[in-house]
Amino acid sequence: MPGPDKETDLTERIEAFLSDLKRGGSGTGPLRGSAETARETTALLRRITAQARWNSAGDLMEIIRKEGRRMTAAQPSETTVGNMIRRVLKIIREEYARSRGSSEEADQQESLHKLLTSGGLSEENFRQHFAALKANVIEAINELLTELEGTTDNISMQALEHIHSNEVIMTIGRSRTVEAFLKDARRKRKFHVIVAECAPFCQGHEMATNLSKADIETTVITDAAIFAVMSRVNKVIIGTQTVLANGGLRAVNGTHTLALAAKHHSTPLIVCAPMFKLSPQFPNEEDTFHKFVSPHEVLPFTEGEILSKVNVHCPVFDYVPPELITLFISNIGGHAPSYIYRLMSELYHPEDHEL
Amino acid sequence: MADSGETEGPGNKDVIERAKNDGRELTKEEKQRLRKEKKQQKKGKEKKDDKASQDGEKREKKPVSSASPAPQPATQPPTQKAPPAVPALVPVPASETPPPGDKPAKSKAELKAERRARQEAERASKQGKKGDVGGQQVAAGKPKAPPSELQPVVKRLPEYMQADNPEVLKKLAKKLERQQIPLRSDYGYKVSLFSHLHQYSRKAPLTQQLSIPSTVIHPAIVRLGLQYSQGIVAGSNARSVALLHAFKQVIRDYTTPPNEELSRDLVNKLKPYISFLNQCRPLSASMGNAIKYIKKEISNIPSQCKEEEAKSKLLTCIECYINEKIILAAKAIAKSSIEKISDGDVILVYGCSSLVNHILCEAFEKNRKFRVIVVDSRPRLEGREALRRLVQRGISCTYVLISAVSYILPEVSKVFLGAHALLANGYVMSRVGTSQIALVAKAFNVPVLVCCETYKFCERVQTDSFVSNELDDPDDLIVTRKGKTQLEHWQDVRLLGLLNLVYDVTPPDFVDLVITDLGMIPCTSVPVVLRVKNVDQ
Repeated sequence: MPGPDKETDLTERIEAFLSDLKRGGSGTGPLRGSAETARETTALLRRITAQARWNSAGDLMEIIRKEGRRMTAAQPSETTVGNMIRRVLKIIREEYARSRGSSEEADQQESLHKLLTSGGLSEENFRQHFAALKANVIEAINELLTELEGTTDNISMQALEHIHSNEVIMTIGRSRTVEAFLKDARRKRKFHVIVAECAPFCQGHEMATNLSKADIETTVITDAAIFAVMSRVNKVIIGTQTVLANGGLRAVNGTHTLALAAKHHSTPLIVCAPMFKLSPQFPNEEDTFHKFVSPHEVLPFTEGEILSKVNVHCPVFDYVPPELITLFISNIGGHAPSYIYRLMSELYHPEDHEL
Repeated sequence: MADSGETEGPGNKDVIERAKNDGRELTKEEKQRLRKEKKQQKKGKEKKDDKASQDGEKREKKPVSSASPAPQPATQPPTQKAPPAVPALVPVPASETPPPGDKPAKSKAELKAERRARQEAERASKQGKKGDVGGQQVAAGKPKAPPSELQPVVKRLPEYMQADNPEVLKKLAKKLERQQIPLRSDYGYKVSLFSHLHQYSRKAPLTQQLSIPSTVIHPAIVRLGLQYSQGIVAGSNARSVALLHAFKQVIRDYTTPPNEELSRDLVNKLKPYISFLNQCRPLSASMGNAIKYIKKEISNIPSQCKEEEAKSKLLTCIECYINEKIILAAKAIAKSSIEKISDGDVILVYGCSSLVNHILCEAFEKNRKFRVIVVDSRPRLEGREALRRLVQRGISCTYVLISAVSYILPEVSKVFLGAHALLANGYVMSRVGTSQIALVAKAFNVPVLVCCETYKFCERVQTDSFVSNELDDPDDLIVTRKGKTQLEHWQDVRLLGLLNLVYDVTPPDFVDLVITDLGMIPCTSVPVVLRVKNVDQ
């Protein structure tokens, strides 16, 4: 029978995705980029919408929330999963509102006046059944997928507006977005890139080889030399893992030092981040903010005699406060860090911030 | 000699060639003859050039070449570092009067007087012209300095900062040839911002890259040079102490040749050794100060002193220097620093500084309760050495890499840093990464304390880490992770460069306090200390 088969098939896929997430974060499995994760999550959510059994929007949202909680628990540092889930939940709300015929768009926006005057909005429980809802939701998710596929290109298209010729650009670690950005600028302009290698994983090395293959003059420096060479740098362009709700970043470790050095020399710091990295988290949640990997990367087991008497830390991420950032470049254009809260209110519904 | 065109006495040339091939040290007469021949050639060439063109390059070679024989005559007292006798080494053109024909009949003193008069005239005309960019930095400095208190410091740009100037390289090659020291060649592609510095490879030991004439250079110095070039002896204190011990050995084995004075000949003996050590690894500021001290002591030996007496005097001088400036200074600094360490402190240190390790061990002996965070960086990973030493004493330590410093800094209460040198404008020159740590500490409002002995204070000024630095072997950056070496073939890729800096400068506004053996001073008081030291001497 198609029903149970589909369901087992669905659960299998979800389980496969969860174990992939768990493995991917430890650094041992194949490292997948955030864009890939976002696409896979969205595709999986589309499948859930298509194959799971639900009657009303509320049911669907419950199912998605449940699966979403499991997914985020599998790999808390991979915030794109949570972001995509929240996007889809918002899509469902919108489609539901459209089917109902009411112009819910305006009510969704938070304004103090609305909060005080209309107290009964949260009575909405999404229990009405609409036949066309499924098709609409799946169509909207398809649109989301198209948008996801085009993010890197949209960001790279803006490269020539920000890079002039004979510049010295600094970057850290490896970001596929920044790589595409710089390669696109290289088509018309000539400039020099300095890459900080970002120990202990040294992703900067791969970035440098890729850039030099694309005919860009590249220099690799150690993390310790970031401040030393910063006086000759014109711009700092970095990627990030997550953009937080206050406009700050959760980026690879060493980025905070880079941002401070850029601030000291008044060098602009540009962050290339697609919209699916925007997360409604705030940096104060200490227990979930930092992620650590094996200290073997920092102090190998060959140093056995002292290893047991020493604490070794190997954090993966850094927090960069929004005051140090000059500009965000995303697939919908450039923004200042102070505008991020507004973008977030357009992408996610406030009730979905907590899954 | 390569450029011996029209020489007189081909017999002399053969003798000299033979001596060089044997690796034997040229006798004094042979050296003098060589010098005279070269002077003749140069004078002949210069006359032709003067008539032919007013090219700036040739002109800059002239004041350089006419002054270069000046340090050679042994009669000159080297105490004053020869600024009055070797002035105008600045590559500024406008030497109006061509040098008169140099008749060998004239005595050396007369020649020197002539040269001095010529150079005074040149300097006067230069003051009037003030044309070239190169001359401005020195020429501008001189008229501003009031003649009463401050001597006009004629700065000769050191060779190791001019690796992109072919003139200077040629001059260096000739000087090394004269001293019979082999020249070391640069390795690998140099990042364009640093093309003025040398970059050597450390993969093969020096003995495979150069042929070191063992009879010319004392074996203790050869060993020292190899230890420097391989990084076996590293750290400014260790290098200075090793240098002084090697010089002690040289002095012990030294015998004054007949008809020579110990005070002058020994200094001349030391010069090729210093050139050789410079080839192995550029000298540090502390080593430079130590060498200056030794040269001064040697030249201050009265001429009627017997050799044995003189030698023992020198040995005790060197012992004294090591004891006072390094060992006792460390004790004094430790005593002052321990007052700054309180119970419950979390102290952050970077890399391996012998002085900072000493301070922490002393504080631990005095039963202060603190814990240490050791920050380390690639590719040298010197922090592991510091970690071993501290853990052996029983101090509880944490270890992170420099990219994690902004994660760990909220826990830290104080930062202790060591220094390689303290510059006269208050900047701290230290291992690369120190300025970064100071920057992040400042952002988190954590006090930064620098510990430095006074013998490392130096009169140079510098504002960034580019103009004077050391480039280490770029291959050190290559790392193999998960079986893949990304940068393995970086030499084949034309557009890829690796940069391995050794030092950087920290601005004084990041440093809160400098702890020296003279007390605790702010960063900006360094020139005051230098002045007090100069007055003492």
